[in-house]
Amino acid sequence: MATVMLPASLIALFPGTPKRHEVEGDTVEAVIGALDRSVPGVRDRLLEAGPRLRPHINVFVDGDPADLGSAVGPAAVVHILPAVSGG
Amino acid sequence: MTKRVRLLVGTKKGAFILDSDADRRDWTISGPLCEGWPVHDLIVEPGSGAILAAAGSAWYGPAVWRSEDGGTNWTHSSAGLTYGDEAEPIKTIWSLAATPDGGLLAGVEPAGLFRSDDCGSTWRHVEGLTNHPTRPTWGPGAGGLIAHTIIPHPTDADRTWVGISAVGVFETRDGGTSWEPRNVGVRAEFNPEDRFPVTGQCVHKFAMAAGEPDTLYQRNHCGVYRSDDGSATWQEISEGLPTDFGFAMVAHPRDPDTCWVIPLSTPEEGRYMPGAHTAVWRTHDRGASWICSDAGLPTKDAWLSVLREAMARDTLDPVGITFGTSTGQLWHSSDEGESWRMITDTLPEIWGVEAVVLD
Repeated sequence: MATVMLPASLIALFPGTPKRHEVEGDTVEAVIGALDRSVPGVRDRLLEAGPRLRPHINVFVDGDPADLGSAVGPAAVVHILPAVSGG
Repeated sequence: MTKRVRLLVGTKKGAFILDSDADRRDWTISGPLCEGWPVHDLIVEPGSGAILAAAGSAWYGPAVWRSEDGGTNWTHSSAGLTYGDEAEPIKTIWSLAATPDGGLLAGVEPAGLFRSDDCGSTWRHVEGLTNHPTRPTWGPGAGGLIAHTIIPHPTDADRTWVGISAVGVFETRDGGTSWEPRNVGVRAEFNPEDRFPVTGQCVHKFAMAAGEPDTLYQRNHCGVYRSDDGSATWQEISEGLPTDFGFAMVAHPRDPDTCWVIPLSTPEEGRYMPGAHTAVWRTHDRGASWICSDAGLPTKDAWLSVLREAMARDTLDPVGITFGTSTGQLWHSSDEGESWRMITDTLPEIWGVEAVVLD
């Protein structure tokens, strides 16, 4: 089971959702798919058509920048972080 | 029962709700709502009274937000709001409308129309509009290639009008299966090789006359128009207005001869109030003549602008008119545009205003 850490701005969109989730999945895309089963709608917030990560959404697996196809080990920690952008 | 007036205000940094009694002099403000997402448009769903917000986040994408408790708690969904994985992603939602048969329509960027029959939980693409034969020729306006104004016929669920910038007005008479451009008589001055093309007009906003579904008023990049034949043809009614340009337009809720517009200077001149003199113009004779109203408005050094969704009217008698500026000022008239007061000048950039009367 991978551990997924959600940012505060994403948690705010799903009131009551914990920051930390334990989910199955051997790629980032699979992890987000599994996350969507426990937090319905979260996939649409993170992915756009393609599917691709939305342009201002960053994912790190064990501290390394990742994309949807990146491998996720069974004990990996996945951080989802919105970019520091905007005005 | 004592009536109250509620203003739903969409801004670049969230939605706001303003409440007043029927006097419309003192307002309370709550917000920012929708987690500070940019909100282009808000409506109240007939029947349920739920508030719906058309929004799009730079981080989290487009969604329709919904509150069933007057704005305290919100849900959001974009399920089905996609052209498919091979197509361009949807950036944001520009407009919402309720249909007479209980559905909802959403206009999006890049331009297209989606329908929901479950109160906004899921959406399906109205493919007939996006697949129109002219689609390869559609070009964006300065705000993008956007489907903004949506006007369902009040009683005929098969009939709907949509405005797309910079493409023009389209109408369906078969529930969205097929669409026809409705731009005859509308100028496209930015296209000197063909000033009256079939499509390519920069419609900014249009509104239906009260009780006359075949009478439509149009605020265009190039002038103001009226159609008396359900948009088949348009007659220009710009004479008497100070400029050719502007975004906002609303029609009277009971008098089909009356509508309001806010002319702006041309894009080349900054899209400000003409001469930095704030004014709302209205016609009481279907556009044959226009009356300038500036009582209470700043008429000197007023470098203000008002965007396409940022003017609304309520349904009280006299009608209240509200407009918001791109610099966060909200102005209100409770006497049908004769005189104006500022409600607040401290909101974020205002993109949309809706007014509803509550019992």
